[in-house]
Amino acid sequence: MTEPATFSNRPPLLLSVQGLSKRFGGLQAVKDLTFTVGEGEIVALIGPNGAGKTTAFALISGFLTPDTGAVRFAGRDLGGLKPHQVNALGLARTFQIMRPFPRLTVVRNVMIATLGRHADTAEAERRARAVLDELGLGAKADLPAGGLTLAERKRLELARALGTEPTLLLLDEVMSGLTEAETERIVELVRTINRRGVAILLIEHVMRAVMSLAQRIVVLNYGERIAEGRPETVANDPRVIEAYLGDEEIRA
Amino acid sequence: MRRGRGEPSQGAPTQKMWAAALAVAVLLALPAVLSGYAVTIFILIFFYAFLAQAWNIVGGYAGQLSAGHAAFVGIGGYTAALLFERGVTPWIGMFAGGALAAVLGAIVGYLGFRFGLRGFYFVLLTVAFAEICRILASNIDAVGGAVGLYITFTGNPRQFQFQDQRAYYYIALALMLLATGVVALIERRRFGIYLTAIREDEMACEALGVDVLKYKLLAMIVSSFLAGLGGTFYAFQNFSLQPGAVFGIPLSVEIVIRPIIGGAGTLLGPILGSFILTPLGEVSRSYFGQSGLHGAHLIVYGVLLVSVVLFLPQGAYPFLRKLFTGKQA
Repeated sequence: MTEPATFSNRPPLLLSVQGLSKRFGGLQAVKDLTFTVGEGEIVALIGPNGAGKTTAFALISGFLTPDTGAVRFAGRDLGGLKPHQVNALGLARTFQIMRPFPRLTVVRNVMIATLGRHADTAEAERRARAVLDELGLGAKADLPAGGLTLAERKRLELARALGTEPTLLLLDEVMSGLTEAETERIVELVRTINRRGVAILLIEHVMRAVMSLAQRIVVLNYGERIAEGRPETVANDPRVIEAYLGDEEIRA
Repeated sequence: MRRGRGEPSQGAPTQKMWAAALAVAVLLALPAVLSGYAVTIFILIFFYAFLAQAWNIVGGYAGQLSAGHAAFVGIGGYTAALLFERGVTPWIGMFAGGALAAVLGAIVGYLGFRFGLRGFYFVLLTVAFAEICRILASNIDAVGGAVGLYITFTGNPRQFQFQDQRAYYYIALALMLLATGVVALIERRRFGIYLTAIREDEMACEALGVDVLKYKLLAMIVSSFLAGLGGTFYAFQNFSLQPGAVFGIPLSVEIVIRPIIGGAGTLLGPILGSFILTPLGEVSRSYFGQSGLHGAHLIVYGVLLVSVVLFLPQGAYPFLRKLFTGKQA
């Protein structure tokens, strides 16, 4: 579990999730979830399929309203805010199932993000192209987004979120389904983005990426936090091992 | 800065400006050589292109399929006609009508967008709204009831009345150019770029900081205001308003079908659609009408609509553009 030492070294709070719960009919998707993300930190949210990770993202980013609990971001209570208002405060998210605007060009896709802070279309386009160049999509800028490969769409999803100039980036499985080389590329990109001071909260199943990126890991199972701490501590936590390998133990 | 396919090139704007100026010059000169009947057809082409362009903002760019836009024409026309009875010139009544249409557009839009009515449900909401307007107008005697309103002909230009059909020709042309200018402005701005993304994925827009409700409402307001202006033209060109004609589903269909045939969400699609459909509708209406087959022109519309949906789902304008320039619209 969490060692007191990590608490004392924590950077100033950016995101604080307090007692968050959400129920869908008979399913308790998220239960009394509490965790924090500090400024400039990289935190991973992991857990088996159906553990409530994506629901937690939706609750934090304003797409779902929690039954109980509160989310504070940069000193503000996000309660009752709509997704676009949450985004305007500097909290951007990506979608696990990518949602590009397929008939718009790649650069237009990113402009939808940059226009929020730069109403001048020429300036918004300049910034969009700069983000695309950084993410290695510059050559595809003027093609319709519908024609991109899976790996490119993942980077476009990242580019759009970055285009809103966030201080906290919520990444929902931006590496799943990618080859090892492509994953490595995203890991490097995430690291670069983080170095510029953007805090990152990521949901990820690619454990190698999680272990190399995350400074802290929060583990969910059945909507509840079952462990939290530094990667090596969490990886050796018996409850985490059980949550991931539980089925096999039953079989054995 | 680099440029690519699908983005306007540096040379193109001036070229486009010349082409547009030439087209406008031709249309300005045309009445000198046209017959009276041809002038009437052109008035209808421009007027329907104007209404289609107004619809294009919310239906084409924002992708919110309003199937009750006739209601805004009716509200605009009734407002101007009723004000005219009380001595207010239609030149002012026109804007009062547009404003009232915009207010009602905002209310319908809010009801639809706030409660997340999409696709068919929004279509039904807008149809229901237009039908409510039609039934109310038919049953309230103060606004003429089922008989509607008749405007006494004075031929006074200050009262939006003209002896010469060519005056209506130029007003209709001005309306079409006005709406097209408005759409051209919207297209280049943040507002227009947002609308094209809202049409594709509202949830993704929200995640990127776009206030989807606000921009959809804004689109609805501008669109219904313009359609409302058109109501005055309709009333004072026909000297009468019947509830079934201005609030009815047939007019809504006329408005929707032009941008769909021509290319919804494109600047020139509604105009092209009107140039294709209006003469076709008029010719087949009079041709079939003579043979006693009233309403047969709708079959022509139907065949065209099905063909376009099957073969040119983006509409005629993007198809032609691709054919001649090799560029995606």
